[in-house]
Amino acid sequence: MKKEQAEALSTENDLWLRTNCWSPPGCHPTSCGLYCHIVDGKLVGVEGDEDHPVSQGRVCARALAVDEVQYHKDRVLHPMKRAREDRGLDKWEQITWDEAFDLIERESKRIQKEYGPESIVVFNGTGRECAMWSYPMCFAAFQSSNSCFAMSGYSCYGPRNAISFYILGAGYPEIDYAAYFPERYDYEEYEVPKYMIIWGKYPLISNPDGLYGHAIVDLMKRGTKLISVDPRVTWLASRSEYHIQLRPGTDAAVALAMLHVIIYEDLYDHEFVEKWTHGFDQLKERVAEWTPEAAAEICWCSAEVIRGAARAFATNGPSTIAWGLAFDTSSNGVQAGQAVLSIAAICGYIDVPGGVTIGAKEVFLGKWWTDSTAEVDPEVWSRRLGAAEFPGYAAAQTHAQSDRVLDALETSYPYPIRMAYYHGTNFLANSAAHAPHRWYEALLRETEFSICSDIFMTPTAMGLADVFLPCATMFEHNGVVMPHFGRNMHSLGMMDKMLDPGDTKSDLDVMIEIGKRLNPDAWPWKDGDDFFDDWLTRFYPFDLDGLRQIGSYQPGYTYRKYETGGLRDDGQPGFNTPTGKVELYSTLYEIFGEDPLPYFEEPHYSPYSKPEMAAVYPLVLTTGARKWGSFHSEHRQVETLRDIDPDPILEISPADAERYGLKTGDWAAIENPFGRAVERVKVTPGIMEGVVHAQHGWWFPEDEAEAPSLYGVWKSSVNSLIPHNEMGKLGFGAPFKNVICKVYRVESHDA
Amino acid sequence: MTKEGYGMLINYQYCTGCHSCEVACRKKNDIPLGEWGIKLNEMGPWKIDHDPDHTTWEFDYVPVPMSLCDLCEDRLDQGMKPVCQVDCQALVIEVAPVAELAQRMLELGPKTAIYLP
Repeated sequence: MKKEQAEALSTENDLWLRTNCWSPPGCHPTSCGLYCHIVDGKLVGVEGDEDHPVSQGRVCARALAVDEVQYHKDRVLHPMKRAREDRGLDKWEQITWDEAFDLIERESKRIQKEYGPESIVVFNGTGRECAMWSYPMCFAAFQSSNSCFAMSGYSCYGPRNAISFYILGAGYPEIDYAAYFPERYDYEEYEVPKYMIIWGKYPLISNPDGLYGHAIVDLMKRGTKLISVDPRVTWLASRSEYHIQLRPGTDAAVALAMLHVIIYEDLYDHEFVEKWTHGFDQLKERVAEWTPEAAAEICWCSAEVIRGAARAFATNGPSTIAWGLAFDTSSNGVQAGQAVLSIAAICGYIDVPGGVTIGAKEVFLGKWWTDSTAEVDPEVWSRRLGAAEFPGYAAAQTHAQSDRVLDALETSYPYPIRMAYYHGTNFLANSAAHAPHRWYEALLRETEFSICSDIFMTPTAMGLADVFLPCATMFEHNGVVMPHFGRNMHSLGMMDKMLDPGDTKSDLDVMIEIGKRLNPDAWPWKDGDDFFDDWLTRFYPFDLDGLRQIGSYQPGYTYRKYETGGLRDDGQPGFNTPTGKVELYSTLYEIFGEDPLPYFEEPHYSPYSKPEMAAVYPLVLTTGARKWGSFHSEHRQVETLRDIDPDPILEISPADAERYGLKTGDWAAIENPFGRAVERVKVTPGIMEGVVHAQHGWWFPEDEAEAPSLYGVWKSSVNSLIPHNEMGKLGFGAPFKNVICKVYRVESHDA
Repeated sequence: MTKEGYGMLINYQYCTGCHSCEVACRKKNDIPLGEWGIKLNEMGPWKIDHDPDHTTWEFDYVPVPMSLCDLCEDRLDQGMKPVCQVDCQALVIEVAPVAELAQRMLELGPKTAIYLP
């Protein structure tokens, strides 16, 4: 639908209204344009906004079915409370917001006084708008040092941002798909990438974390050729000129071999390397032994494909790289990421048209969340869990180190955790926690008070919360969509309120109210709209209403800022790193006690690192691939979407299926010493022999709500197979995509 | 009844299997689960070249409009595109007079189909 069509079709009580999609329900801040059909104040459907510069009318299945979320019978529409001893029981009692806020204020102040503010942990999930708010909620409202994303090693996005900051001195490096410009692909300076490497990522479904995934298809149609690095034969891999089908967790070895080819065959950009990189000679020496043959043996892939991909990428500029979650979900990911950014850099593809765009480390509200740490007493801040042990983590992240938060919960060392705020996260359902059973047991026992805000009752809320705060959906509050949370922000989109929120509140309004009660000086805003008006006008020539009129604001992009002085804090040319250059040899890694050059390390649980264990658990287990019908653990109760993805799926190769007596449709247990999950078998040649892929994020709203079932959340708990405390040296990256397991047929999902 | 003289072109070289056409059609036409106005088919993956250095795969998604598809005649009459065409994430659906689509098919090349639902 186009603007003039929406206007022509709209009558007094039958309106087509424009918005930009974000959350809740969840997605990344990709800012897809929607027209919403509102009849007599009720949402009856959505369709794409064809005038939207990035999405251009396109809409995913999740957004098309969003009316089923909005009016679902299971949505929680009023605040509720429950006695602490009733956790896990469906004994909720409806309360007013005033009662809820009074209770939160009283308990927070008591716990701050008795145990210190650091005994309060604010947990956040991924993607949703409140992932922006969890930090200031923790720092400026509860004044605690412990904001937590409960995946071991913060294995989602955080590591890549830290690597980018250390190596490039910049925000998130993203493929250039001309999203910054109203003219898009026709923008004068823009060039279509010749090649795109898609590495450990599937943006068509995930749209991470502001990348409009189907822009890759736009570019394919315009001539971009693909190189996929993925253990699975995805649709994109099937259309790739080169598919490096690697053993999960060996990404660093592939990257080192590509560097070997590019450097020793002299295919790199000499001028860029000389002027703008630090440590090229040391890198050259490091990769001397890394022939494609050496890597191929480790990675179970073809040396010829690695060599061909490296040559094609380096000799056809501009080209670009989309790097994904696989860099976060590996204890060796910090090195793999450094190596991949080095590939892009020595080919001269950073910050050029059709290459890799780089954003600022912090802009707009991203800066506010970092600045809000000033509201934490320095003494308390010094006790941020894991910060002293992992300086390389703490310097790039305001979060506490997640493994150390679980340690504190389990041992009360260095101090106990007594209160939790589950901020739009359902981490027990395998979306944002390793070892979820351990988090559950520890939080159940240790917390004296806990709060969950969400739109549905979830296993996490049913199991652990004492107060449930019902969130307003994306149609019930105003918001601003910030792609990449500000770290590479191609546009700003207005998320427009068009429905009566009833007795629900937006996460932002809730946060402001709690902030005013606990630390009023840091919370001068009347409400969420006042907050956005204030912050928008500090950075842009418009307020919230101005943005509403614009719809989607594109700031433009200046290329080759390293030549003109647009990257460094001091305004000088170069990159915002200690040496002013792209640090192929990282002076910061060195300070943090890490090897300054990239290296390969076997996954901690692999057939090579744990051969005796692998005799019993012979398969490599990878997880985390996304599904069209859900966003991580969300959307399971939405009929139209559940029909698309009805069951948790285990993918296994035909050879392994035969070996273990499995056929498509069977139920199979996936097991290792850490945990067990049951999923439905799909036999496919699309996964390599010796590797299985198990879906994450599953719970079953149709199952028993009360503990111990908690909506069947333990049945397909694939994250229960992920070990604790196996992250890399800097404190980042845990093996969510590369552990080992065995599989065997079971009679049913409940077996 | 569909819009007379019109057909639906699918460029399945680029269809990613996102299901948006199915859900858009289901919502507009209020089609219950278990029935479809347009239905996605998954073909593959299977190998068409087994050389490990040059493995190539057949892996296509092909949406097929069914009897319940009227090519959104009401929308066409208002100068609007059918919902599946607007919402399609890969932009591979085009509804137009068949003669135009036949020409378009030649421009787009392999893996295109024209349907008269």
